[in-house]
Amino acid sequence: MLDIRDLSVSFTSYSFGLKRMEVCVVRGLDLSIAPGQIMAVIGQSGAGKSLLAHALLGILPRNARVEGQMSFKGKPLTPYRLSALRGREIALIPQSVTALNPLLRVGGQVTRAALLSGISKKEAPATVRQAFVRYLLPKGVAAWFPRQLSGGMARRVLTATATVGMADLIIADEPTNGLDPITARESLGHLRELADTGKAVLLITHDIEAALQVADMVTVFHAGATVEVARAEDFKEPGNLRHPYTKALWNALPANNFVGTMKPIARASNADGCPLQFCCNDQDSVCGQSVPMLKRSGAGWVRCHHA
Amino acid sequence: MLEASSLAYRYGKQHPWLFNELDLRITPGEIVGVSGPSGRGKSTLAKVLAGYLPPGKGSVMIDGRPLPASGHCPVQLLFQHPELAVNPRWKISKILREAEEPTPVILQTLGIESAWLDRYPHELSGGELQRVCLARALGSSTRYLLCDEITSMLDALTQVHIWRVVLNLARSRRLGVLVISHDKTLIARLCSRNITCLEGAAALS
Repeated sequence: MLDIRDLSVSFTSYSFGLKRMEVCVVRGLDLSIAPGQIMAVIGQSGAGKSLLAHALLGILPRNARVEGQMSFKGKPLTPYRLSALRGREIALIPQSVTALNPLLRVGGQVTRAALLSGISKKEAPATVRQAFVRYLLPKGVAAWFPRQLSGGMARRVLTATATVGMADLIIADEPTNGLDPITARESLGHLRELADTGKAVLLITHDIEAALQVADMVTVFHAGATVEVARAEDFKEPGNLRHPYTKALWNALPANNFVGTMKPIARASNADGCPLQFCCNDQDSVCGQSVPMLKRSGAGWVRCHHA
Repeated sequence: MLEASSLAYRYGKQHPWLFNELDLRITPGEIVGVSGPSGRGKSTLAKVLAGYLPPGKGSVMIDGRPLPASGHCPVQLLFQHPELAVNPRWKISKILREAEEPTPVILQTLGIESAWLDRYPHELSGGELQRVCLARALGSSTRYLLCDEITSMLDALTQVHIWRVVLNLARSRRLGVLVISHDKTLIARLCSRNITCLEGAAALS
């Protein structure tokens, strides 16, 4: 469905008047999703997760430069094709209710999403009604304003907005943020249902435990690069994990050992070599020389000189 | 000892009590967890205990005396979103000195780098900013720390790093810590005792 190879995003900015600076934020991002699959993308804040979503929707700011190959349903994803596809075949479930217009009733906003995704004016009301039924939203909710929705209801409205137009690729940005466990599980359950109907779901989150509940595959981002692609079941047994960062992440979970075996550093070093070379325990002279390539390892992929 | 006796709070007279007849004791060096679904008054409880909100009924006492009305409050509250708890127009160095000059030992144990001092809050990541907030809250007269979901926005590795620091400080400075989280496994890891917030009341367990 979606295939991303070696994506990089850099921003140009000006400091001290006309001195131009280029900051590379994402480099070496690889990702692919098949229909019917939930691909979880996990990584800490600042790892480039949201930039990935923005690049996929073509909504990066103007000073951003994107390089690399993206293809959707076998054809390359050009900026022109992107603007035609977003909202129709690629849909985003945003992080919070702030994405809704606070001054419009939610029913109207879901209807507008349906119209924009190419559903005719005649069919739209029925489609919207079905979407409300599907997500167990009572009839009266259509006349509510976003501020009247509870956290769980807001998630359901946002999910309805994204899925009303029958998009094939759904991007869910932090769907469990700020929700209590019951509402979070419900929100993840909806993503599973969507995947089971043959859609591809990209689940962007920092919460591994939540992601592992529903995902089929997990892509781990760190410092702007894909460091590992693993099956969700690989996380049951730490011996199956490939990259030192993923192993450290596993050890840090409260349900496992709750120890920090790796220093948390935020930014990728713009120097040559592995982006993790300053915080990794397994580093040696090789790590400073070249950026490791993403290589096949069992059912997954890993980017490390020593794996 | 931080002691709340028959505490109650509601937002306005027409609203129901969020919690009522709540008794809570935190002794120095003790780590107490609070869990429960959203909307049950966990964060409100923290705000009342820290003196941000006046209690509707009951009282909050520290060693038998009420919280001081001015000066450094010995009960410090840390929030879920550190970026909303700092002045966005201040540099990190000024934020750190908001209460008092942090000691080099605290800066070192929290891993606050000197390169951050000249930056603005939006130039730090969530985990880094949370550590800055922690350093600001750990003034010399701080004795109780209320942590309201302080790591729920952070990844597991940053989370473990922050809690290790808090646990060490609680032990070495004999701080009493209240941990509010919806993550039951995290609370089981950290706390010696857990309180579950239920509708209208608090059940001690």
